[in-house]
Amino acid sequence: MTSINPPSAIDASAEPTALPGRKLDIAPFALLVGVAVLALPLTGSVSTWVTLTVAGLAMGMMLFIMTSGLTLVFGLMDVLNLGHAAFVALGAYVAATAAGFVQPWLASTSSAMNLLAVASVMAAAVITSAIVGLVYERLFIRPVYGSHLKQILITIGAMLVMVQLMLVVWGANQMQLMPPSFLRGVHMVGSVAIERYRIFAFVVGLVVYAAMMIVMHSSRVGLLIRAGVENREMVEALGHHIRRMFVVVCICGSALAGLGGAMWGFYREEFSASIGSDVLVQILIITIIGGLGSITGCLYGAMLIALCANYIGFLAPDLAVVSDIIVMMAILLWRPNGLHPVAAH
Amino acid sequence: MSEPILRLSGVHTHIAEYHILQGVDLSVPPTGVTVLLGRNGAGKSTTLRTIMGLWNASRGEIRFAGQDITAFETADICRRGIAYVPEDMGIFRGLTVQENLLLATTSGRFDKERVDWILSFFPALKRFWRRSAGTLSGGQKQMVAIARAIIEPRKLLLIDEPTKGLAPIMVQALADAFFELKAKDTTILLVEQNFNFASSLGDHVAVMDDGRIVHAGSMADFVESDSLKDNLLGLRASESPNSHV
Repeated sequence: MTSINPPSAIDASAEPTALPGRKLDIAPFALLVGVAVLALPLTGSVSTWVTLTVAGLAMGMMLFIMTSGLTLVFGLMDVLNLGHAAFVALGAYVAATAAGFVQPWLASTSSAMNLLAVASVMAAAVITSAIVGLVYERLFIRPVYGSHLKQILITIGAMLVMVQLMLVVWGANQMQLMPPSFLRGVHMVGSVAIERYRIFAFVVGLVVYAAMMIVMHSSRVGLLIRAGVENREMVEALGHHIRRMFVVVCICGSALAGLGGAMWGFYREEFSASIGSDVLVQILIITIIGGLGSITGCLYGAMLIALCANYIGFLAPDLAVVSDIIVMMAILLWRPNGLHPVAAH
Repeated sequence: MSEPILRLSGVHTHIAEYHILQGVDLSVPPTGVTVLLGRNGAGKSTTLRTIMGLWNASRGEIRFAGQDITAFETADICRRGIAYVPEDMGIFRGLTVQENLLLATTSGRFDKERVDWILSFFPALKRFWRRSAGTLSGGQKQMVAIARAIIEPRKLLLIDEPTKGLAPIMVQALADAFFELKAKDTTILLVEQNFNFASSLGDHVAVMDDGRIVHAGSMADFVESDSLKDNLLGLRASESPNSHV
């Protein structure tokens, strides 16, 4: 132990140099490419492989949109919100209702009117889900912050209540949500047919991902969220009310689930109140294998789950039911904190 | 004697079933460095966390600048002018050094003059400004933590064991920074196990044991008194001044 000298001209920059900078982690991306390449010879036909891959990417983007809000809620708020799936269903139902109001635009032969109609329908789903998300946070989440067991019980209960309320409002019959003519049909690329809606879903997913990354890395709110995912307590100690951020994140997460639900509804064209709970297990798996609170991890996870589901469903239909679980186990054995974990929890 | 900037009166803190602080009475004068000494588990870190509202006082009163802040939320306590550097530094590893510091500003903008002043005694931060804080060494992280606490003028800094685990050269660099802060009339409540570091910086001292303050006075008197050091910290004259508490 050395003695402490009075103020000196010591060069504080002479301390041991920093550890090497963090390397760009391309392993999850390489894994996605590897899975796709591995599937090529197994499917036996390039056109089949392209169809499966494009369908997987589109489905992956829709799952990403549905899941991205939940991963932030998990990561920042440490809340196990199993009621998230109800917002997927809510988004789909609201979209179906809104579609009725803009039916002339949806039926129009003008692509611009078609796109305007779809945008309006999605906006209705997003806004409604956001408003319900605000009420949901107040009623069901706020009383159980800090207690995982209570969160699980109350959010499952909330999901059941919300689904029943949707049945009361919209009835038990199947709902229809047909995409406009502009998004129906296929594009032919050589001998390969690619559904237009899948391309649309992929593009919307990319836009949502890009927007989220811009907000997270270029705004003060994004900075606070990234910091809060790592260390909530320290964010509070720096003068920021983390509970207010919780509300914002819960609203955004619900809105994104609503958007995903609307897109999922268009994709399925017919759905019932179980449209959300049907994908709940996949949403939870993606959240876990992506890394809690990681948006990029969520994207990787969604793509991986969707691609594997498509490939395995084609190659070994009997395994399709458990393919998600198998993927999750393999990923967690490889990376226990997920594909692209945030720095610390 | 001037009114203390911070006063704890009969503060008790429970963590689960454990009764950690058992009636802490502590006054921090409005200027200088007050050092909180005591063995491991005496309740020093809990005292700082209770002041910050990270653990709630179950009894007693905490007054800061004349205002009762006992029931305030942590964010509001910070906004009243108290900055906190926890024992684990609380660095956001996934953020850059710049982003770590930016989080502590109220407006989201830096005061360039103040940043230049901080970089004058932590020049290493300039080199790592845009680097992820998770890649820095322990000493560099401590610099970030302290720089973050003083990125805007604060009335009081609470700093928990800043020298823990650091190389001697880094301890000296931190000591220089603290002397610079003292010269700028920054008031500090410092928890420190390194008695040599603490005694070189401190103007006032308080010693904790079993969740209570068992001694408070001037650091000069404390350093001079072998009996006090021996009785309160178990330091014999021959061991001082290079000993850990």
